[in-house]
Amino acid sequence: MDTVSKDTISQKRETPGRILEIRRDFPILNRQVQDKPLVYLDNGASTQMPKQVMDTINAYHEFHHSNVHRGVHQLSQEATELYEGAREKLRAFIGAASTKEVVYTSGTTESINLVANSYGLANLKKGDKILISNMEHHANIVPWYMIAKKTGAEIVVIPILDDGSLDMDALSELMDNNVRILCVNHVSNALGTVNPVKEIAKMCRDYGVITVIDGAQAVGHFPIDVVDLGVDFYAFSGHKMHGPTGVGVLYGREELLAKMEPFMGGGDMILSVSFEKIIWNELPYKFEAGTPPIAQAIGLGAAVDYLNSLDREFLESYENDLLEYATEKLKSVSGLKLVGTAPGKISLNSFVIEGVHPHDIGTILDGEGVAVRTGQHCAEPVMDRFGIPATTRASMAFYNTFEEIDALTDALLKVTELFDVTD
Amino acid sequence: MLLTNRSKNLYQEVILDHNKNPRNYREIEHPSHFAKGNNPLCGDKLDVYLIIDDKNVVTDVSFVGDGCAISKASASIMTTLVKDKTIDEVNKLFEGFHDMATGKIEPDEDPKLRRLRAFSGVKDLPARVKCATLAWHTLDAALKNQEIISTE
Repeated sequence: MDTVSKDTISQKRETPGRILEIRRDFPILNRQVQDKPLVYLDNGASTQMPKQVMDTINAYHEFHHSNVHRGVHQLSQEATELYEGAREKLRAFIGAASTKEVVYTSGTTESINLVANSYGLANLKKGDKILISNMEHHANIVPWYMIAKKTGAEIVVIPILDDGSLDMDALSELMDNNVRILCVNHVSNALGTVNPVKEIAKMCRDYGVITVIDGAQAVGHFPIDVVDLGVDFYAFSGHKMHGPTGVGVLYGREELLAKMEPFMGGGDMILSVSFEKIIWNELPYKFEAGTPPIAQAIGLGAAVDYLNSLDREFLESYENDLLEYATEKLKSVSGLKLVGTAPGKISLNSFVIEGVHPHDIGTILDGEGVAVRTGQHCAEPVMDRFGIPATTRASMAFYNTFEEIDALTDALLKVTELFDVTD
Repeated sequence: MLLTNRSKNLYQEVILDHNKNPRNYREIEHPSHFAKGNNPLCGDKLDVYLIIDDKNVVTDVSFVGDGCAISKASASIMTTLVKDKTIDEVNKLFEGFHDMATGKIEPDEDPKLRRLRAFSGVKDLPARVKCATLAWHTLDAALKNQEIISTE
């Protein structure tokens, strides 16, 4: 290491005032853990909610709560307006053409299960191939494995390169006329890699392959435009974009959704029911059986408003600065090796430390108030690919500060001292 | 080093030492009892080997595997403690250890647990109790002739 970069490392960076102001919207960031200020670096697992979202949910419960699409009474109409209003916000947020293409689900996992069961089961047969990237979360593997078993379709893995990028050359070679569906995440939860979804979707269109994109890790970090991306299905969760848990979205192209059978049956997803004949409701209600997560959906709408109120271009460049700073600082920790260094990745560092198991790292960091994720990140095939049992993951959001990265680094230095790790 | 008390309680010298230099870390070629332990949540894996003679005494014991410092040190210390003990004594030790790790008893309440007290800190860390008990559950499974167990 030369002197110039050493200087860069030792240089402390000050967090911009705009970020400190944003932090005030997140009450939880003020709490203490083990008598130390919380340093929340587990945003990949779940992001925190701003007060604006909590207030919206609270106001709904205090003033408007009722079931939706049912009553003629005032409250039910208000609840329906708020619930459908949130859907319109989400439509605009992802650039979908119509709210018919915005299906509420319980989250990314349900969204993908819906596509696998409703589209996959009806359209796959023996000899067909489902391409799945090696860096998928189990939520974009297991539903397809289950459907492949039922239909006789074959799962083919798209390999990844040593830096955690998708192997695009290998993908081109895997494309053939038997491929029906391609599953890839927009952003890898374990590696932070941002996949070239637009390019992949174009390649898929040329082969008539349906794209199923897991956008869970993308929505909180940068703006999404599903039409510009040219994807067929795009799934994401509310709690990974500063909204509540229990709600998510499946975007699907109207043409495809219209031909699909419902995934679940029940109230609200039908126009008429007799024991002889049932007529499905129109889109998107066909896919929304039962009482939906009303408060959560309205809360998610508030999260969209909140994100729209921020200068997202500034936040994106700030997150890049955070990542650069964290990557530089982590170099000072003996025996630390980053897993996933793809160019243009989001603000997430997954790493291993020679001779120290991630769970020991996680426990010691927790004792210092630093919350990180340790383990396989529901992405066992990624761990196998890199030949490691698990990693420690520090995943940042726009409200994290340079000082918090310092706290992370200091805590890691305590780990290496305790375990006597040397380079 | 300025570590919080909780981490200091758990990561004591004895645990760090057994993690770095695990005792009885080897395979036994012809074990009379054997089991594979597995904690799918962490990916921890441990194999426990035993030779038990006709008087029900553990004449040799060993382990191999991968895991965090807590699970590895626990396995290492366990092997040093159960050697030359009868199955009955081993079972009592396991019971006492389990009660201590889950906070049911204090280590001082039972003199047999003296050498295991380093693990009493896990009771404050529910996510780590399984790390400390994996080796013991695997040993228990070996004694009961269940070859594969999982602490989930």
